[in-house]
Amino acid sequence: MSSSGHGHDHDHDHQEVPSDLTLRVKALESLLVDKGLVDRAALDALIDTYEHKVGPRNGARVVARAWVNAAYKKHLLEDATSAIAEFGFSGRQGEHMVALENTPKVHNLVVCTLCSCYPWPVLGLPPVWYKSAPYRSRAVIDPRGVLREFGLELPEDVEVRVWDSTAELRYLVLPERPAGSEKLSEDELAALVTRDAMVGVAKVTLPQPGARS
Amino acid sequence: MNGVHDMGGMHGMGPIQREENEPVFHARWEARVMALNLAMAAWRKWNIDASRHEIELIPPAEYLRMSYYEKWFARLVELAAKTGLVTRAELESGKPAPGSVKATPALAAENVPKLLANGTLASRAIPRTPRFQVGQQVRARNMHPAGHTRLPRYARGKQGTVDRHHGVFVFPDTNALFLGEKPQHVYSVRFAARELWGDQASPRDAVYLDMWDDYLEPA
Repeated sequence: MSSSGHGHDHDHDHQEVPSDLTLRVKALESLLVDKGLVDRAALDALIDTYEHKVGPRNGARVVARAWVNAAYKKHLLEDATSAIAEFGFSGRQGEHMVALENTPKVHNLVVCTLCSCYPWPVLGLPPVWYKSAPYRSRAVIDPRGVLREFGLELPEDVEVRVWDSTAELRYLVLPERPAGSEKLSEDELAALVTRDAMVGVAKVTLPQPGARS
Repeated sequence: MNGVHDMGGMHGMGPIQREENEPVFHARWEARVMALNLAMAAWRKWNIDASRHEIELIPPAEYLRMSYYEKWFARLVELAAKTGLVTRAELESGKPAPGSVKATPALAAENVPKLLANGTLASRAIPRTPRFQVGQQVRARNMHPAGHTRLPRYARGKQGTVDRHHGVFVFPDTNALFLGEKPQHVYSVRFAARELWGDQASPRDAVYLDMWDDYLEPA
């Protein structure tokens, strides 16, 4: 295998993965296992966590609780780390959480222009678009254009606040509760909350009447 | 460093490409690379700032070509070699050097939940009076360190308002280079979009950045 990940010789299109990467990763894993540096069962446990246990359903439960419980919402906005920990969501890449409330007059949008910081305990691992150069470059200079690409056109009288995650604070957007959702239970509300709404690139909407869910 | 990773405000990167029902990983090697990075970080031979800096050191053309987990793979190889967890010869041969001692104890599966749930606190309980108050006008310093920094180019020299105070945190510029934690206050600073981007920006909009004390001066 190559001694360095840098400078290897490939002629591929932008972002295309070299076909030998599977082999190179396997070779590195074998070496690290043989040296006693990693345990394959631990690798499997790490993967299982982020594929099956931690994801945007966590954040959706936090949002739904804040919608139905005013005291919880207050706690979330004042000390998000502690409020989120009430669900048992904590730790890696969510050690210092901040919740940002969207209102009819303020819309919050989260980005990490320098790398791809993202609140893992509540949203899981970030999607490719969040980590991509187009999103990272444009969210700060043209947030309204970015939102338009996501299908969200905001009126001029709405203030857009972009949060560039430059430090160890991790941001969770608390979207507006959709009109007409008054009769829904906390669980039903949680089912409506999307990852995109918690990053701030979408709003939460009710399913269209007659549409199959 | 003024690298290509510092992308805020750049043009020409194209439209945002989204994928419906995107899987967490697009190939098994991506999942293995994620897990290898986390398991190897548990040896605590490097910190998160050094780990981010290693990705910034990927040459710009390579950085733009490589996928996210490909960068993670490159970063892990470099950090493991630089910190001596593996040798370059071992990476070439794929085999432990003859007579090398087996490392112990590696991160065990039963310790994974605790490792992830605890995370790594970047805050430090050091009593220190903040230099700036909420509501105060500040200016991001015009600085261009060749090493690691979390002050994006687009904010340097710009004026903003301290929006909130986050507490005392490890300073990435020194920590990334293993020069010490230099704990200091972090503030959320609000920059008017027009201060950053001129008249093309909406007069209402703003960008908030988390700024360490050393990035700021009174305005």
